[in-house]
Amino acid sequence: MTLNVTLGGLHLNNPIMPASGCFGFGREFSTFYDLNQLGAIAIKAATGEARFGNQTPRVAETSSGMLNAIGLQNPGVDGIIANELPFLSQYHVPIIANIAGSTLEEYVHVASQMASQSVVAALELNISCPNVKEGGVQFGTDATLAYRVTQAVKSVSTKPVFVKLSPNVTDITDVATAVEEAGADGLSMINTLTGRRLDLQQQRPIIANGSGGLSGPAIKPIAIHMIHQVRQKTSLPIIGMGGIQSTEDVLEFLLAGADAVAVGTANFQDPFICERLVQTLPDTLEKYGFHSVKEVRDARCNHPSTSR
Amino acid sequence: MIVEDMIIQKHQEIALDTFEMVLSGQEIPLQIQSGQFVHVQIGDGKHHVLRRPISIADIDRVAQTVTLIYHVTGDGTDWLSSRRLGETLNVLGPLGNGFDLHDIAGDTILIIGGGVGVPPLYHLTKQLIPHYHVIVVLGFATGEAVFYEDDFRRLAETYVATDDGSYGYHGVVTDIVKQLERDYQHYYACGPTPMLQAVQTQLAGTPGHLSFEERMGCGIGACFACVCEARNDKGYVKICQDGPVLRADEVML
Repeated sequence: MTLNVTLGGLHLNNPIMPASGCFGFGREFSTFYDLNQLGAIAIKAATGEARFGNQTPRVAETSSGMLNAIGLQNPGVDGIIANELPFLSQYHVPIIANIAGSTLEEYVHVASQMASQSVVAALELNISCPNVKEGGVQFGTDATLAYRVTQAVKSVSTKPVFVKLSPNVTDITDVATAVEEAGADGLSMINTLTGRRLDLQQQRPIIANGSGGLSGPAIKPIAIHMIHQVRQKTSLPIIGMGGIQSTEDVLEFLLAGADAVAVGTANFQDPFICERLVQTLPDTLEKYGFHSVKEVRDARCNHPSTSR
Repeated sequence: MIVEDMIIQKHQEIALDTFEMVLSGQEIPLQIQSGQFVHVQIGDGKHHVLRRPISIADIDRVAQTVTLIYHVTGDGTDWLSSRRLGETLNVLGPLGNGFDLHDIAGDTILIIGGGVGVPPLYHLTKQLIPHYHVIVVLGFATGEAVFYEDDFRRLAETYVATDDGSYGYHGVVTDIVKQLERDYQHYYACGPTPMLQAVQTQLAGTPGHLSFEERMGCGIGACFACVCEARNDKGYVKICQDGPVLRADEVML
């Protein structure tokens, strides 16, 4: 069984990686299993300066999902380079650095710093965080701004740039095609959907930020549909994400048009989930008649039923 | 940190919406320390995607059991409350840093607990009484919510307050502490954040440790859901990983 995939210049031993923001910088999960088993690792978002993030509570469970509003808490790009990347350099797995900012200049600064690190294999341009007041999703919900920030980041990055798309838009293909024109090497989709829960006793939002980003199995059908929509418009590699819990989910994402997948919320429930998915994916592919991940990709291109 | 299926050996309602559950297992009961917590999966995890962090009230290394006490506050803990003897629960643990018992100067220790913050203080008190004089002050919302009062009384001098005055002293834990007029050299407190704030202020001159409750995501330090501002190099602590027990003078509430 061949699980390896090529993704916009990246070579992955398998198509499974933890999603940015759900895996910290890998340290915690490295106590559970050998991170070298992963296809890649998408690390927590970096901003120009250290950020403390939002007030707590920052998470709330929903039916088959969860809301979060962490607020991009991170030690800043310099702190990550000094204290987190050295730990990750011991692994021979592509590290994808997620970069965020409030302004175009901040994105460019973080991108150029990260791209120059040898341990970083690719950038993931986060223009879709719904939980910060400035920047983030405002770049991801406007095709023109998305084009500009992608083009600016591409101009300073020596590494492939994946743009992480927001589902909080009327037509996600508008933003996808804009960032492709701006030179994106690939897409990550989808980020969380904006949502809200209220506490009935206190009659106010459960999350201190008010709204949060919805993730988990609840959003999987939306992710599958949006990947399908975008796949009709572009041949860019897509890292698919949104509620993956099983190898069947992985196959569904691949059939919809993804080339690799990222696992987010499920890491919180089962710290071993990514290792388990890597180990059991061959059985599931075989069950459905595939002998490689590439075969799945070929199947979806030739099979009319997946493109309806 | 391991994940194991633990078997429910005992499960009963011990106060208003408050349940005591004894779980047996292979590793967690041997590894866990006072003040650490476990992260319990709800159902098959497909509907409830987050585990529930629950503190440990007691540990029996011989019988290989841990005692959990939890309050039913929503769908997840409601599901938990309907589990029967012999059923298994998927448990991740032991998590966090527990009570540091090597850091005490003096011979008298004050223990302050509020509501479902009381459980971890029970095993702590059991560990302290062979070596120290211990005074316990417990606060609950109402008389129906009081639990483990007799268990604490068997161990140490114990005072109980209720917010509504329906049982014990009418008031909050800090009122009792104010009236105690006793010398103690160290304190441990666990309860809701407003109570911890009040205790931290009242006992500012006394060394102490606080154990925190917070909504958590992963429980292992990766998701940054449960942070609290702190006087350290980073400016924050993660309750699940650096805590839940922290030095009282380190955290900024």
